[in-house]
Amino acid sequence: MAKPTPRIRMPATAKAGDVVEVKTLISHEMESGQRKDKDGKLIPRKIINKFVVKFDGQPIMTVDWHSAVSANPYQSFFVRVPKSGTFTFEWTDDDGSVYSAEQKVTAS
Amino acid sequence: MNADWHAPNRRQVLMAGLAGIAGLAAGASLASASTDQVAAEIKKVFGDKPLSEGKIKLDLPSIAENGLVVPLNFEVESPMTDKDYVKSVHFFAEGNPNPLVAAFHFTPMMPKAAAQIRIRLAQTQNIVAVAEMSDGKVYTAKKEVKVTIGGCGG
Repeated sequence: MAKPTPRIRMPATAKAGDVVEVKTLISHEMESGQRKDKDGKLIPRKIINKFVVKFDGQPIMTVDWHSAVSANPYQSFFVRVPKSGTFTFEWTDDDGSVYSAEQKVTAS
Repeated sequence: MNADWHAPNRRQVLMAGLAGIAGLAAGASLASASTDQVAAEIKKVFGDKPLSEGKIKLDLPSIAENGLVVPLNFEVESPMTDKDYVKSVHFFAEGNPNPLVAAFHFTPMMPKAAAQIRIRLAQTQNIVAVAEMSDGKVYTAKKEVKVTIGGCGG
């Protein structure tokens, strides 16, 4: 499987205190652990089980994902831009890998 | 089914298969079994706290043609201040092999307790949302989704 690629869509500039929408997507097959292969053996579960959003290093939202989350997980939500800073997005895989992305936002 | 089998013979395997088909046909009994499972999961997270209706706007399609990708949209009414905010929102699926869907943990830094995700649903079922506020009050909402093509197994 190709390395998961995160994608973030959010404005790079905002007024201080503004609420902006963030759209996130990461390519990942989210193998549920329910499917069987050709020989009838269960394919082991391998999903992203945690998604964390931080602002300047401080966690502002943590989400636990279970096997019901679709492949190539998409999540959109809202953040406040208190000042210029960096939003970090971290996805944790069942195997312990962490995929991350960041977006600098300039507040005026 | 038969909890006590160790080495199933051909007949038992066949019977188990038939029982599985019967179980699928009797959707109502299957769903009620999982309603209990969801109730047990809610109890695990929230203990015996009373559940109230309201506060949660839960938006899912009434009919999902493809159970593999069902958009789930929610917003919990809250001023989201340091004193009064939504601590967490948990989602459960009554008709999936695993009743857990996702759990959001918010902080007062977030302007809204709202998000959209995409989920997999194995069959027609209820989705249950449970939100816990910073004052300890717990709210719940439920929405039925009719699924044309299931999204688990294959």
